[in-house]
Amino acid sequence: MELVIALLVGFLYASGIYLILRRSLVKLILGLILLGNGANLLIFLVGRLNSEQPPIIPDAASTLTGAYADPIPQALILTAIVISFGLQSFAIVTIKKVYKEVGTDDLDIIDRREQE
Amino acid sequence: MVHYELILPILLHLLTGILLIAAWGRINVQRIISALSGIISVFLAFFLYFSVSENGIITLQSGNWPAPFGISFVGDKLSSLLVLLTSFSGLAVIIFSLVSVNKARMRFGYFAMIHFLLLGLNGAFLTGDIFNLYVWFEVIIISSFVLLTIGGEKKQLEGAINYVTMNLLASVIFLTAIAILYGLAGTLNMADLSEKIASHPNKGLVQTTAILFFVAFGIKSAVFPLYFWLPSAYHTPPSAVGAIFGGLLTKVGIYAFLRVFSLIFIPDPFLSQLLVIVACLTLLTGALGALAQQNNFRKIISYLIVCHIGFMIAGLGMYTEWALIGAVFYLIHDIVVKTNIFLISGLIFKIKGTVNLKKLGGLYNSHPKLSFLMAITIFSLVGVPPLSGFWPKLYLFEASFSTGDYALTAFLVIGSFITLYIMARAWIEIFWKEGEGRQRVAQHFVYFDNMRSLKKWVLVSPVVFLTLVTLYIGLNAEHMIQVSEHIVQELLDTQPYIDAVMNPKIQK
Repeated sequence: MELVIALLVGFLYASGIYLILRRSLVKLILGLILLGNGANLLIFLVGRLNSEQPPIIPDAASTLTGAYADPIPQALILTAIVISFGLQSFAIVTIKKVYKEVGTDDLDIIDRREQE
Repeated sequence: MVHYELILPILLHLLTGILLIAAWGRINVQRIISALSGIISVFLAFFLYFSVSENGIITLQSGNWPAPFGISFVGDKLSSLLVLLTSFSGLAVIIFSLVSVNKARMRFGYFAMIHFLLLGLNGAFLTGDIFNLYVWFEVIIISSFVLLTIGGEKKQLEGAINYVTMNLLASVIFLTAIAILYGLAGTLNMADLSEKIASHPNKGLVQTTAILFFVAFGIKSAVFPLYFWLPSAYHTPPSAVGAIFGGLLTKVGIYAFLRVFSLIFIPDPFLSQLLVIVACLTLLTGALGALAQQNNFRKIISYLIVCHIGFMIAGLGMYTEWALIGAVFYLIHDIVVKTNIFLISGLIFKIKGTVNLKKLGGLYNSHPKLSFLMAITIFSLVGVPPLSGFWPKLYLFEASFSTGDYALTAFLVIGSFITLYIMARAWIEIFWKEGEGRQRVAQHFVYFDNMRSLKKWVLVSPVVFLTLVTLYIGLNAEHMIQVSEHIVQELLDTQPYIDAVMNPKIQK
């Protein structure tokens, strides 16, 4: 299972970076979204995958015993998802606005105009 | 004893931001709230600074969870000093904005975003948790995105694309680095990480993670070759926004460098070497970039930001006591001076209606007192003794001689010299040359000379204030050097920091 997730993380990073390097603004945003998802999965992976019990302390005990899922990565991912959701929606609105102003989504053309 | 003063600067800006959103559209109410909050934040920052001076490193465990289970807030000399400098810059920028930023921007939440930005900066300086540092970084970048694009001018949007992309990329790399670090050590508290990473057997993986942090913070602080987003974005928004960006945003990257690479990773010879090389190239390319910009004054000073980041990275790369004193002192000096130089460019724009060097001129004849005021900051930026830019360079040169990095010495000299040349040329073009008349801007643009005297004072007072701070840093260098030495000792000997976070009871 770890291997599959690790490969998936690598695939997401690779395709994210590939898309960022394209000239189209829309692909740029898609690339950033894929990268963000890759990072989230990576956090999940490094928290160690196991199928034991959830991290809930039973009534009778005062500490957790045995193998249990690490709750911290889940909290981190949740935070990261919320943050990246906000940032991505802002980025999407920005490229919409840029497209309306500049009339193209080709980064080379935008860059050339910026130099002038 | 619980040190609530640690959280006060953060809470103040959060509450102000919320209040300002509640006062949406009422510009005068917003102006008053924002200015008041800026003044209060200076007092709170002084309160925190003196508390840290008195009690040593102070901590606050959120929700009273003992470290490393909760999120810790830590105030040491470095972070409390940076909070103080942030409050100075913040206040100056807010006061300058009262008049210089146009009403349409204020109506769409300009002041609220300034306070959210300050909130993020204070949080980043005071947190003791690496994931929390990431969250504060996100608070900073989302506010800076809004500030950069608010107004929606074409050139702003074009500059914003690079800025948004590179900062999102830096966030993803930062998050990746945190993920791997968590996988290695099973903790996120920086003091706890310091102990666990130092004793971690897999040195190779630790160094790889360090490089990931290096890239993430490198993008944030605009080092070679990751800086190109900065000069294409920083000259586009209003000067007040440029001032807070130029003064503080890249510096928070430097702070993260100093914190993470002293507490969690100690630079090994390879990383030190890498940092020194990067510093050399940053100095060179930043300076050359500024040279290549012929006309736009704000674009020139944007490149100078990149150039001067090199001084601080050089200090970190050499990693001796003297080099770090130089880096920390330069950081202190740079926050004040870079904020001020952007405000000055805003003032020049208000007087002449342009920042194009070709069209400027004759300012010394028409405004001799203002020119003298600006001269102090320009000399300080160049590093003329005894002003503030001189002392850290002295330490950096000395350190580069003693470590035998003569190539670095050469680059430090080149960086300083080109800065001198550029500022001298700017001085001639802006102040001495026979000037053309005022440039036409927009229909309702009010020139400085046509303003009422109250408005003139509101525009000039932040520049005076920051110039006084610069003069204090430069003329009272003895004290600042002692403060920097104290900070560097805390950076080099991390045990007191770790004890303060992990075993708060041991402290008296």
